[in-house]
Amino acid sequence: MAKRAAPEVNAGSMADIAFLLLIFFLVTTTIETDSGLNRKLPPMEDSDEDVIIKEKNIFQLEVNRKNQLFLKTGGEEKVIEIKELRASAVTFLDNGGGAGDNACQFCQGKKNPRSSDNFDKAIISLQNDRATEYDTYIAVQNEIIAAYNELRNREFKRAFPSLDMNFIEAENAYSDARTTPATKAKLKEKLEQIKILVPQKFSEAEPKSN
Amino acid sequence: MSKFKKKKGGEMPAVNTASLPDIVFMLLFFFMVATVMRQNTLMIENKLPQADQVEKLDKKSLVMYIYAGKPSTNFKSQYGSEARIQLNDKFADVKDIAAFIAAERAAKREEEVPFLTTALKVDSKANMGLVTDIKQELRKVNALKINYTTRKGNALEGLKK
Repeated sequence: MAKRAAPEVNAGSMADIAFLLLIFFLVTTTIETDSGLNRKLPPMEDSDEDVIIKEKNIFQLEVNRKNQLFLKTGGEEKVIEIKELRASAVTFLDNGGGAGDNACQFCQGKKNPRSSDNFDKAIISLQNDRATEYDTYIAVQNEIIAAYNELRNREFKRAFPSLDMNFIEAENAYSDARTTPATKAKLKEKLEQIKILVPQKFSEAEPKSN
Repeated sequence: MSKFKKKKGGEMPAVNTASLPDIVFMLLFFFMVATVMRQNTLMIENKLPQADQVEKLDKKSLVMYIYAGKPSTNFKSQYGSEARIQLNDKFADVKDIAAFIAAERAAKREEEVPFLTTALKVDSKANMGLVTDIKQELRKVNALKINYTTRKGNALEGLKK
């Protein structure tokens, strides 16, 4: 009997086919998760009680239709550039001009009596025009959050020097899946403490309709 | 000293590539599993603004997306060039948002509803009037957790263009 060799399928091009598919999926894959600025909207309230706030405690920002930024605080009004915003917001929040009950324990500012009392009293208010561009608005929001984060970082380091991390790093560690639940619980407590110490008091007025 | 003598006819043996397809298939399966196909076809221009104080938006199942921006070139003749809202796969009006949120909430388990976040993917050249309208609608239906989705980058650099 003639020995018949089983015909072999040539698998040499298998790799090519697999590569082709691989490249297709590589290109279509989006592994990145979205990221952005988290904010909380104020709830709709029926009773609009007017809360009385001292003028010195407000850092009033207004963005007009030409994307220019006006700042009104401590009795002065001026046009500022967005790149100056972070520094002036920090100066305002960190001022610590309060006395007695309103004295700010940890502020390192100039204690200007015409500017904010303490972290808790200081309010940043933002009003924009309907024609303001969205990216300007986001830049302003970003700078304000940055100012708060700067202070929170500082306060976190001061309050918990043993951890050797700042607020943002601690928050990242908290949301990291690899952190153990015990560490998470500890971090959460500390993060909350700092959030209460430096609250984000940020209000958005409804835009001018014109 | 014959130990170090060269073998006669010492040709390089061919590398066995028989397992190459296996390796490639393994990679292929990984990417097939990891791939998330885009859920919504964008009908608008959607160039997100840049920011650097960002937080990650994980738990994709708990996010509702609202897109806004100018209609892309294919739709310009039909929908004009003013910035519009897109919900799921079609253009929508501001007053459709309430229904959209209600539908999204109904599709989720009840205990998940308080954790739903609304991601606003708004084109950087849109105006704030539209965004404010969206925000007002969201406040009306009590969807207060929002996220302005941005690209990572320097916010001030992004403005210069």
